[in-house]
Amino acid sequence: MPTPHSPLPASNTRPRLTVAVTGLNATDSPGPGVAVIRALRESTDFDLRIIGLSYEALEPGIYLRELVDKSYQLPYPAAGTAALLARLAHIREREEVAVLIPNFDAELFNFIKLEPELRALGIHTFLPTLAQLDARDKLNLAAFGAAHGFSTPASRPLHSAFEITTAAETLGWPLVLKGRYYDAAVVHSLAQAEQAFARLSGLWGMPLIAQQFVAGQEINIAGLGDGHGRALSAVPMRKLTITDRGKAWAGITLEDEALLALARRFAEATRWRGGFELELIRTATNELVILEINPRFPAWIYLTAAAGQNQPAALLRLALALPVPMMEGYAVGKMFVRYAWDLITDHTEFQQVAALGEL
Amino acid sequence: MKLKPNIATSEAGFIFNPATGDSFAANPLAADILARAKAGLDAAAIKAGILECYDVAPGQLEKDWDDLLAQLRDFNLLVEAGSEERGAGNKK
Repeated sequence: MPTPHSPLPASNTRPRLTVAVTGLNATDSPGPGVAVIRALRESTDFDLRIIGLSYEALEPGIYLRELVDKSYQLPYPAAGTAALLARLAHIREREEVAVLIPNFDAELFNFIKLEPELRALGIHTFLPTLAQLDARDKLNLAAFGAAHGFSTPASRPLHSAFEITTAAETLGWPLVLKGRYYDAAVVHSLAQAEQAFARLSGLWGMPLIAQQFVAGQEINIAGLGDGHGRALSAVPMRKLTITDRGKAWAGITLEDEALLALARRFAEATRWRGGFELELIRTATNELVILEINPRFPAWIYLTAAAGQNQPAALLRLALALPVPMMEGYAVGKMFVRYAWDLITDHTEFQQVAALGEL
Repeated sequence: MKLKPNIATSEAGFIFNPATGDSFAANPLAADILARAKAGLDAAAIKAGILECYDVAPGQLEKDWDDLLAQLRDFNLLVEAGSEERGAGNKK
């Protein structure tokens, strides 16, 4: 087992390194894990062993054996930090995990809280602080925008369906209802809103967020903050195909200095530490309105590597306290088109994951 | 007519605006006009070349020219007189 503060083996030519990654649910609402691993695999710095960390036995990434060398199940975030730490300590006894990259919003709180304990185990992370995580929370987005001069839609929390009418009077129809961590619905009437409220609160708990609807072109920016106010990388992407769940199923990289400047301003204002995604609307009058700030890489993050700025590989270096230069330039007009593929595995593998929690 | 410098065009008539991600399909004649514009020819030279290569009456060309310009302007693909270009420096 390596010592906590020297994760790299002595060799300096493609040293072997074990990295653990969560977010393996590459489904129609995909987690970023598989894309992160795909980008990491293209790192020329390390010969990587990838440990997949899953929450459910049917997360597809578990069975992508060309990407994931070994996988272990984790307790759900609701189980708390003690259960998570115990499981990670168990995994650490068996795997020389040097870096861990969490990819779900809902699990970040626990991983950030455990950062010192993980470091004591020799596991390095590069995550936002709890204050950074909290500042960009959907519930705090409007205040965050006002504090830093970013345009954001008006919003208000909904603690019960009875509050929808008041929210609609303030924010107007249509209205966007959002789950605390994931999912959203655009609703045009009270009946639709009540239906969406029941679905979203059932899935993601309370409160929900009612947000003013903003019309325009959907653009996302994937970025990497160094924690000192610099965006080491920023790659904007326009969604070309959007699923009925609002996910980008195809996208294309854009060239627009205003988008890059926005990402740089965000990193500077927050001193953001780690991966982030800005979800924007560009209105007909060219205003850039921030709809959401995700505190992690998005599921389309492999596009950044394909376009020339491998953000997951750079995050790996940051976690290891290795220097990362500012990444300049990327291929404009580089596209991704997501596809569904039937991964064939054997019931014995599924049984092993389901029964033993590892594969 | 001056196309924005970052607009990509192909011989097949595909037009791509890298600032917005918008793409368009031009018919063969429009593609030819855009290619000539990209080559640096001014409006008079382009029109003269088109009249030489295609069986089209000057009046019809003028009408189609105006239509094409209006569409290119609508799609935000032209450098407008006095306008400032944005985002020119990040393409690899």
